[in-house]
Amino acid sequence: MTPYSSFLFFIILGILLLPTMILGILGKRLRYYNVFVSIAILAIIFSEGNAGFFSLVAFTILQVLLVKGYITYRQTKNSSLVFYVISFLSILPLILSKVLPTLAVDNWASFLGISYLTFRAVQIIIETRDGLIKEQISIYQLVNFMLFYPTISSGPIDRFRRFQRDEEKHWTPEEYKELLYKGINKIFLGFLYKFIIGYTINSYFIMNLDHIADGKFTYHLFYMYSYSLYLFFDFAGYTAFAVGVSYMMGIRSPENFNKPFISRNIKDFWNRWHMSLSFWFRDYVFMRFVFLMKKKKWVQNKMMVSNLGYILLFLLMGVWHGLAIQYIIYGAYHALMMAGFNFFESWNKKHKRWPTGRTMTIVSIVITFHVVCFGFYLFSGRLFQ
Amino acid sequence: MDFKEKVLQIIAEVCEDDVVKEEHELDIFDAGLIDSFATVELLVQFEEQLDINVPITEFDRDTWNTPNAIVDRLNELK
Repeated sequence: MTPYSSFLFFIILGILLLPTMILGILGKRLRYYNVFVSIAILAIIFSEGNAGFFSLVAFTILQVLLVKGYITYRQTKNSSLVFYVISFLSILPLILSKVLPTLAVDNWASFLGISYLTFRAVQIIIETRDGLIKEQISIYQLVNFMLFYPTISSGPIDRFRRFQRDEEKHWTPEEYKELLYKGINKIFLGFLYKFIIGYTINSYFIMNLDHIADGKFTYHLFYMYSYSLYLFFDFAGYTAFAVGVSYMMGIRSPENFNKPFISRNIKDFWNRWHMSLSFWFRDYVFMRFVFLMKKKKWVQNKMMVSNLGYILLFLLMGVWHGLAIQYIIYGAYHALMMAGFNFFESWNKKHKRWPTGRTMTIVSIVITFHVVCFGFYLFSGRLFQ
Repeated sequence: MDFKEKVLQIIAEVCEDDVVKEEHELDIFDAGLIDSFATVELLVQFEEQLDINVPITEFDRDTWNTPNAIVDRLNELK
C-alpha cells in the first residue's frame, strides 16, 4: 500500500497511533510501542508485490554493514580512498535502480523510497568522515533512522544527529500535547492540499485541458501553470502528512516547503522548494565541491567555481529524478538559471542598477514565478512527448 | 590583534561588509550577507589564517549565524 494514498491507510494509521498518543499525553516514553507501529506499517507498505520488500531488506543490510564498518575504520584511520569507495558502494544500489530500466531489464534493485534512504545513509558516512559522528551506532538506531516509516517513501530527508536528539528526548505531557496539536494540524493541511486542492486542479482542470484550451499554445501554457500548482499542492500535501505523523511519533522531521511561489529570485526559490533535498545537495555536494576547489586551488576564478558547483549540483539532481531527457534538461535549465543569476547578482552588487522597494520586490516575485513554472513544464516531460 | 578581532576581520572580508564588526548579534544569513559559497570561503580562511579546521557539516546555520556565535564556536574548537 502506498503511504498516505488512501483513506484506508489513514484509518489503519489512526488506530495504530492511538496508543502512541495516549502514552505521549501521559508522558510515557514512546520508543517501545513505536517500534511495533513501525514494523506493522512497514509490513503494510511493503507487503504489496511491487514495493520491493526483498530489495529493501538487502539494501538495509548493505547500508548497515557499510556505515558500521566505516565508523569502526574511521576511529583509527582516515584515508580519502576508503571514504570514496564506501560512499560509492552506498550509492551503488541507487545507481543500479536508475540504470537498469534504461537497459530494459528487470529493475530488481529498486524499491519504494530507495533514493531517500540512500541520502540518509550517505549523510551518516559523510559526517563520520568529517569527524562529527565518532561513536559506533547500534543496528537499532541505524535501522530506526533509515526506515523511519512516516518519511520512508518520499522524505523529508532528516539528518541522523538531529533525528537522534528527538528520538532520545523524553517529552513531557505538555511538550507532547504541543507536538500532537501541530502534527494533527499538519495532517489536516495535508488533506486540504493533496486531496482537495491538488485533486481538484488535476481532475477538473488538467484532465479537461483538451476542452478548456482552444489551441496548442494555450494548451501548453495552461498546462505549465496548472501542473506547477498541482505539483506543489500534491507534494506539499504529502510532506504535511509525513511531517505531521513524525510529530505524533515524537520526531520533528524537517519541513520541505516555505512558500516557494513568493521567492524573489531563483536562489531564494531553492531555499524554499523541496528544502530537505536542496539542502542535502547544498551541504554534501555543492559546498564540498567548492571547498575542494578552493583548497586544492584547481580553479581560481570565484564565479567559475560557484557556477561549476551549480552545474554539478543541478545535473546530479536532475539525473537523480531519473535517467530521462526531461530530468536532465530540467537540471541543466536550473544550473543555467543559477549561473545567470550569479552573474547578475555580482554585477548588480557593483552597479546597483536593480532598484529596491515594494514594487520591484513584486516584479522579482512575478519573474521568478514564471521562470520556475517553465522549469516544472520541462520537468513534466509534456514538451518531449 | 586579539582572537575576536581577527575572526571579525575574516567575516567582514568574506561578507564584503564592515557592518559585522559593529553589530555582533546580526544574523548574517538573514541579512543576506553570506550564502553557501561564501560560507565555504569563510571555512577556508579559518583554516588558513587561524589554523582551525571546521568541517562543512559542522557549520550549522542555526548555531553559526551571528559574528558573536561564530567567535564562540571557534573558541570551542580551538
